[in-house]
Amino acid sequence: MDKRTAFNNRWLPLLLLLPQLVITLVFFYWPASQAVWSSFRIEDAFGTTTEFVGLENYQVLFQTPAYYQAMLTTLIFSSAVAFLSLSIALLLAVMADRELRGGGVYRTLLIWPYAVAPAIAGVLWYFMFQPSLGMVARGLRGMGYDWNPLLNGNQALLLVIGAATWKQISYNFLFFLAGLQSIPKSLIESAAIDGARPARRFWTIIFPLLSPTAFFLLVVNVVYVFFDTFGIIDAVTGGGPSKATTTLVYKVFADGRLGGDLGGSAAQSVILMVIVIALTAVQFRYVERRVNY
Amino acid sequence: MVENRHWFFRLLPHVVLSIGVFIVAFPVYVAFVGSTLDAATIANGQMGLIPGSHMFENYYRTLFVGTAGTTRQPVLAMMLNSFVMAVTIAGGKIIISILSAYAVVYYHFPFRMAAFWLIFVTLMLPVEVRIYPTYKIVADLGMLDTYAGLAVPLIASATGTLLFRQFFMTIPDELMEASQIDGAGPVRFFIDTVLPLSITTIAALFVIQFIYGWNQYLWPLLITTRDSMQTIVIGIKKMIVTQDALTEWQLAMTTAVLAMLPPVAVVILMQKLFVRGLVETEK
Repeated sequence: MDKRTAFNNRWLPLLLLLPQLVITLVFFYWPASQAVWSSFRIEDAFGTTTEFVGLENYQVLFQTPAYYQAMLTTLIFSSAVAFLSLSIALLLAVMADRELRGGGVYRTLLIWPYAVAPAIAGVLWYFMFQPSLGMVARGLRGMGYDWNPLLNGNQALLLVIGAATWKQISYNFLFFLAGLQSIPKSLIESAAIDGARPARRFWTIIFPLLSPTAFFLLVVNVVYVFFDTFGIIDAVTGGGPSKATTTLVYKVFADGRLGGDLGGSAAQSVILMVIVIALTAVQFRYVERRVNY
Repeated sequence: MVENRHWFFRLLPHVVLSIGVFIVAFPVYVAFVGSTLDAATIANGQMGLIPGSHMFENYYRTLFVGTAGTTRQPVLAMMLNSFVMAVTIAGGKIIISILSAYAVVYYHFPFRMAAFWLIFVTLMLPVEVRIYPTYKIVADLGMLDTYAGLAVPLIASATGTLLFRQFFMTIPDELMEASQIDGAGPVRFFIDTVLPLSITTIAALFVIQFIYGWNQYLWPLLITTRDSMQTIVIGIKKMIVTQDALTEWQLAMTTAVLAMLPPVAVVILMQKLFVRGLVETEK
């Protein structure tokens, strides 16, 4: 993966690398190591001194029911969003992949929510489902359903899942469509000549060939739910009611800022970093395999 | 395509896709309708699906006057902040990553791979996981409430470097050899050959990073304390007061529409670049 020839100059390349390296060191490695460092320390009540406590922050964390609660919420949240947005996007992509009159128009109309900020997506959904004035909420109440996400934790979680799924469909749709278009038409045609009906062609040819795309999207979606949905949660529920929508990332934010527990918040950050690094490693391993295959 | 299908199967994709478009567009349409009504209609829950007659008034008040409550800042000023932040992030990322990728690809020097990996690792960790330490550093550097504080920490990411590195690897070696024969040094080669070839890649990256920058939420929320430095995405969140009776919903929805307009316009108008940038940065 190297160029055959290269310039020989000792200082120019370092000069070219300098801006990126400085920014990365100052705003990435330095704070990341600070997070690790302060996860081993406890700050006193006045925030003036800190004391080294080893793994105590982690021990406390794993004895807190609220932390397991946040883990469970994150798990439910990410599986629901990943499952819903991937299946809806796959259905739409399969439909748009045909030689279709107006296919390009559909594509344009389906991809633009990618550009909507998560926090704005949250605000839009909150506006529809706000119990007293939301348009959809009034409909639900009119049908006799007791809809109030401000008080009911499960309904709040549903609302956040809805907004996060809505926002993610366009991204998955684009990648599925690209994946579908890279499948050779000749494969599908020969299967058709052999007498395979569309449904059978989908499950035996198209779906297996799409599985690398689907796997890639699964990891990306999980990471999306972990981090990018922060804006949705903060705008729609603020983590409530009674922490029903507090995910792991939201808890890092809430404990550090509102609770002032910087050591505990840092320990949570470190655990999150480990989770994301593990996910990325799985992703890369799989991508490597796919290249060989 | 393959076989002649029954009319039902020819119609089916249009039905399914139309439902999809409806689901995708409905929340935005509701927001648009909200932005054309008066406060009372929304607060009383009488809102329907037909736009009202207060559109001009709402947009004028939102853009140039601001809400009566917590955020008095006119939204136009917030949009300007968002725009500066988004352009600085996109431009900054492009500049630092094209330079570093050029160094990594076209030079042999000690610790080349070490430098590459140092940058590469940052790909995995978004700012959210190291939010408080980063905040503290920015505070110590006196960068709170500045454009630099808003943008520079988010420039630290490997996406651009990787993308440019990949692209540079596809530039034929012969081009470099030819320009060396012509007596061009590394700087000349970069300006005369590499940069013009990279224009499309730069544009695609710009589109993606502009959207990324415009839509930032947690970071600006933490480091802006003065109203005058707020971005529009933060501003709208502050308009929605917990006691719902105080929220001026018609103005909040106007702000939501205004906040979506620039990035959505970028996606629709530059669709080719957008798709290309998205697919390539994520590979």
